[in-house]
Amino acid sequence: MDLQLKRGLLDVCVLAAIQDEDSYGYKIIKDMAPYITLSESTLYTILKRLENGGMLTVQTVEHGGRLRKYYRITQDGRKRIDDFKEDWKEIMTIYRFVTKEELSHE
Amino acid sequence: MNKQEFLQKLGQQMSGLSSREKEERLNFYREMIDDRMEDGLSEEEAVCAVGSVDIIAGQITEEISPAETRQPTKRRLKAWEIVLLILGSPIWFSLLIAALAVVLSLYVSLWAVLVSAWAVFASAVSCAFALLVAGIVFLFGERKLTGIAIIGTSLVCAGLSVFLFFGCKAATKGFILLTKKTALGIKHCFTKKEVA
Repeated sequence: MDLQLKRGLLDVCVLAAIQDEDSYGYKIIKDMAPYITLSESTLYTILKRLENGGMLTVQTVEHGGRLRKYYRITQDGRKRIDDFKEDWKEIMTIYRFVTKEELSHE
Repeated sequence: MNKQEFLQKLGQQMSGLSSREKEERLNFYREMIDDRMEDGLSEEEAVCAVGSVDIIAGQITEEISPAETRQPTKRRLKAWEIVLLILGSPIWFSLLIAALAVVLSLYVSLWAVLVSAWAVFASAVSCAFALLVAGIVFLFGERKLTGIAIIGTSLVCAGLSVFLFFGCKAATKGFILLTKKTALGIKHCFTKKEVA
């Protein structure tokens, strides 16, 4: 898959994993596991990128005598998910056009 | 491998990152291992589940943004290199100045040759004019033969000056071109070093 496209998709996936409630690294990976396998280092890079882009904020919370980072989606993050849904409709239209073209050539 | 060994090994392999970034990443992995252990895995299993240090370190190098990957390639001087540079400065600095002076003097002497060639041209032109005037004066005076001879010499000077003019012009042009090319070459040399 095109790297830029994959990067964008993974960003939205991670945002979707925290859209209902704040979440932490391991939980995000676990929640995404049935759909997509994500390595820790990839997740770290995505979270950092989303944080720098203002899509999420980070809260350090004490948990069981240690610190755990919780990620909270921002308004910009929610907008990113909405934009993705809109974009996807367009992509699906293009997809249908592309596959129909292939059918007519066969 | 236990958690401590894992984090220590990972820290050693993240040499391209700043210490703040390194600490942040190590905390991230520490939290990941702790969460897995809380989920019921043993320390050994949790470390195993996070993955091998070599693979993670490789992924980090691959996944950090291009701006970050370029930073380590823009090599910084190590402390001992700086110390050596400063300590050696009386030697290398004077040698550098001497080398620059030699190059500069060669360049200046080349210009001097050019200037003297133009001076020869100028003197040939002035000789031609002066001899022409003198020849005319002699021609209208008593020594007509001498006058003709002087005018002849003047014509020789004039012809010579025409040759000299073209020669000097070509030499100057070539020299200016050479200067431009050399300057561009030096500039290119430095810009290339910055990119690498």
